[in-house]
Amino acid sequence: MSANQATSDEVLIGRIAKGDRLAMQVLFARHHVRVYRFVLRLVGNPTVAEDLISEVFLDVWRQADRFEGRSAVSTWMLAIARFKALSALRKKPDEELDEETAETIEDTADTPEVALEKKDKSAILRQCLEKLSPEHKEIIDLVYYHEKSVEEVAEIVGIPENTVKTRMFYARKKLAELLQAAGVERGWP
Amino acid sequence: MNTMSEKASDREEIEYLLPWHAAGTLSRRDAERVERALANDQDLARRFDLVREELSETIHLNESLGAPSARAMEKLFAAIDAEGAYKRKPGLALDLRTRVAEFFSAFAPRTLAFASAAAALVILLQAGVIGSMVLKGDGGYNTASITPAKVDSVDFLVTFAPQASADQVSKFLRDRHATIVDGPKGPATAMMYRLRFEANGAPKDETDRVAKELQQNRSVISAEYPTTSN
Repeated sequence: MSANQATSDEVLIGRIAKGDRLAMQVLFARHHVRVYRFVLRLVGNPTVAEDLISEVFLDVWRQADRFEGRSAVSTWMLAIARFKALSALRKKPDEELDEETAETIEDTADTPEVALEKKDKSAILRQCLEKLSPEHKEIIDLVYYHEKSVEEVAEIVGIPENTVKTRMFYARKKLAELLQAAGVERGWP
Repeated sequence: MNTMSEKASDREEIEYLLPWHAAGTLSRRDAERVERALANDQDLARRFDLVREELSETIHLNESLGAPSARAMEKLFAAIDAEGAYKRKPGLALDLRTRVAEFFSAFAPRTLAFASAAAALVILLQAGVIGSMVLKGDGGYNTASITPAKVDSVDFLVTFAPQASADQVSKFLRDRHATIVDGPKGPATAMMYRLRFEANGAPKDETDRVAKELQQNRSVISAEYPTTSN
């Protein structure tokens, strides 16, 4: 995210704090897709993710006057989104989650498409990214997709900066293990 | 011995930073430190290639997740409306022209701010005149309980691009047989307009067609959300 956009986000939050609904629409239009994807990767259910982003932005509307600008607006929103997603996951029975998770993992064992796909290293890498634990998925997404710095990830996840670095390292290591199990040898770790 | 362990520790620290270096989110000082290490360590450079591969596929994976439907926005603003659209009436001390200028100056370069505001005012007046001549809906984000097999029009709530001139907006509407049927929605949704487009097909197909059309004209329409015709 550019410095200009960060500044502009803060201006919008200032307006939202005064009750400006249009500023809320602009902020929503600007960030809702990324927030949705972050939540979706955690909860694995598009309908639940949609409900949650409405709640995230409603919290932004309600708490805008308390935003102190110590972090970027997008970082603040992702922290709210993470809290909402984890709360939703805690509310669900394990069996339901397992079923949903199972549904998201395609059984592609014997189709010709899969045989072809298995030859595609990129596709395998993406499949392995899907198989990571929520904790590892989260940190990889925050660093690679949401472009969050070490400090910002620490703030969103609520862990020390050194733990952010080691968790990312172990997430990558786990990814390498999954790739190896899928027949992709990368020579690391 | 100490020097060796310090070097190993430094290398480990550098390796931890590779993902952030690939994403371009390190401080300049750390980025330079990583660059120097990469230039002198082939094995580290090879590992950095793996990181770049992971970065690329993570972006690919996330981008393939799609986007939420308009339901998320409808739900949000219904909740906001339920709480009362305004915590504090914004801009009571400001006239409409000032608020329009303030809004557009946030998005356009400074040199365009005044031109944008003027163009927006023209659009505002045009919409007001047209809007008063056609049947006005209640403006809410309604959801139809029965979906017809075929529709003759589809409605979208839109915001016009700050740089769009009145001529561009008029031509855009004329070329697509579209009309402004509502908006601006008063202070609460000052710059949102409801546009109606002619249609002749299944609701989803027609909505998708018009959405695509709107997305391909970002010089005129900056954001759009499908809504129910009244």
